[in-house]
Amino acid sequence: MAYIFQQSLNALQLGSIYALIALGYTMVYGILTMINFAHGDLFMVGAFFCFLIAVYLHLSFVPTLLLSMLGVAFLGVVIERFAYKPLRNAPRVSAIITALGVGLFLENFTLALSPYPKHIPQLLGNTTWTLGSLSLSSLQILIIALSLVLMLILDFIVQRTKAGMAMRAISWDKTIVPLMGVSVDKIISLTFAIGTGLGGAAGVMYGLAYPIIDPYMGIMVGWKAFICAVVGGIGNIRGAMIGGFILGAVEIMVAAFLPSTYRDVVAFTLLLILLIVRPYGILGKPQPQKV
Amino acid sequence: MSNSSDTSYSALIERWHMLTGTRLFRAVVMIAGIAFCIAVDTFDFVDLYLQLILIYVGINIILTVSLNLINGYMGEFSVGHAGFMAVGAYIASILTVHVFPPNAQNLLFPLAILAGGMAAALVGFLVAIPSFKTRGDYLAIVTLAFGMIVKSILENIDAVGGPRGLLGMEKLTTLPWVFFWTALSVWVIRNLVYSNFGRGVLSIREDEIASDLMSVNTRQVKIIAFVVSSFFAGIAGGLFAHALQFINPRMFDILKSTDILIMVYLGGIASIGGSILGAVIYTILLEILRPLGIWRMVLMPLMLVLLMIYRPRGIMGMKEIRMFVPLRDFVTEKLWRQKKKEAGDASA
Repeated sequence: MAYIFQQSLNALQLGSIYALIALGYTMVYGILTMINFAHGDLFMVGAFFCFLIAVYLHLSFVPTLLLSMLGVAFLGVVIERFAYKPLRNAPRVSAIITALGVGLFLENFTLALSPYPKHIPQLLGNTTWTLGSLSLSSLQILIIALSLVLMLILDFIVQRTKAGMAMRAISWDKTIVPLMGVSVDKIISLTFAIGTGLGGAAGVMYGLAYPIIDPYMGIMVGWKAFICAVVGGIGNIRGAMIGGFILGAVEIMVAAFLPSTYRDVVAFTLLLILLIVRPYGILGKPQPQKV
Repeated sequence: MSNSSDTSYSALIERWHMLTGTRLFRAVVMIAGIAFCIAVDTFDFVDLYLQLILIYVGINIILTVSLNLINGYMGEFSVGHAGFMAVGAYIASILTVHVFPPNAQNLLFPLAILAGGMAAALVGFLVAIPSFKTRGDYLAIVTLAFGMIVKSILENIDAVGGPRGLLGMEKLTTLPWVFFWTALSVWVIRNLVYSNFGRGVLSIREDEIASDLMSVNTRQVKIIAFVVSSFFAGIAGGLFAHALQFINPRMFDILKSTDILIMVYLGGIASIGGSILGAVIYTILLEILRPLGIWRMVLMPLMLVLLMIYRPRGIMGMKEIRMFVPLRDFVTEKLWRQKKKEAGDASA
């Protein structure tokens, strides 16, 4: 019983990281109907920013997190402006291939600058409390709590503020919204900033939880987060959160009860079955098709 | 002045089109290609490194043309092509290493490659089934997950070496064989695309529901497209395994699929000539830039992004080299353009 509870905590930790990354995919998709395949690599860049700031500036945890988020958000906006904006009216796949190219560029650029895996120093004292056979680490609780807070803030921004209303409006109808006096370019930039900033935060947390980072770490995590976004129903923010926690739970539980090398097989097979049962994700609505 | 040079230029193009569109020209290209490959293989006047690059070019052409059938002509977004390749590579290698007698390797090699292709085609059939209900990004996820599942399963089977990989293949992939399989894949897919069935594939890309209403059997078309595409991916995998003489599951991960995607979109969707061009340019450019070391991997994606911004459809998107267009289609398109131009003149 305690084992299951322990594993649920691990699942929550992994799931909250997946959910934070999946949010970036889903927000960009909701507004541009474009899959930003460079997002997983922005997550990796976030972890590297965390490493740079912690090692060279010796800042403590909170400024490190904020600076990394800001840095990644800035990078995301720059990428949007120079790589994706010229393609807004191009065929959809061109934008997707561009995103793949940007992702490869980020990976290999980081690899060229830092050929060896890096070790993130401990930013926080990690205390472990034991309750019976159960052990709670403060780091784990911090990651879960922090991601929940970030998700609540995001939900507030999207549901309650004017900018959030504009975001939802753009994903509803792209042609009418600019006529209502909304600056679409600014909202898209803001969406990219928030989405990639969350990815950067996920990178920092991932770096704290699993301190060895390398330039290719964003590929697998990024694709998995994309799967989370689709499982939740892509374009749907709450769906992305649910999808993240589902994948985290499945992966940890499979690793807990089966040989851990079967983790990917079982996780992906379950996801395939889920997609066959609900082809548009858990919270996604099927789009009516017209001729 | 410029007008006359314009007409002479277009007349030249016209004559080039007439020349390259003939059966004779195609036969000459084929014979020249196979003669060159056999000559290289027997007399060894090209150094081994260049030969290996030529082999990779051929394998990449097979992969690109076959993926273009799904991503370009059918308009789906498949991200798991390396998975089919892995199936073909492993099946073919298991046959040549463990099953076939060692003294008959050369003779039985085409059989091994064929078996790899068949196995990949069978798997492609399974992947086609979810495509009945889902499309677009959701189908992309299905193919993506499929690719990851194949890789993880291979890592978990100890009999084929698990994560360490499989070795012991002889170097059976020779230039003539690569040329044969490349020509076969181009020939089959070109003929499929311009057949009645190919019209069905194109109609699914343009509008699936409309094509269903026009009595296109969309399920059948999707199954055949996936099966043919994965069959050739499996063939390419078998050739790849016997060219490198070593395979492991990590060679067939997402990065490999991304490579193939890049070649398809670099060359241009829905164009066989474009696929060939994309595969040739990408493979050779990567080799030319090798002295740059890791920075070539920084430069390549940058060039891809710039290409996509300035030419979003790739080098030959939706256009075709005259050599691959049947005369009937060529004439029809020409007449259609003429008519459109006349209509435009009349309205102006």
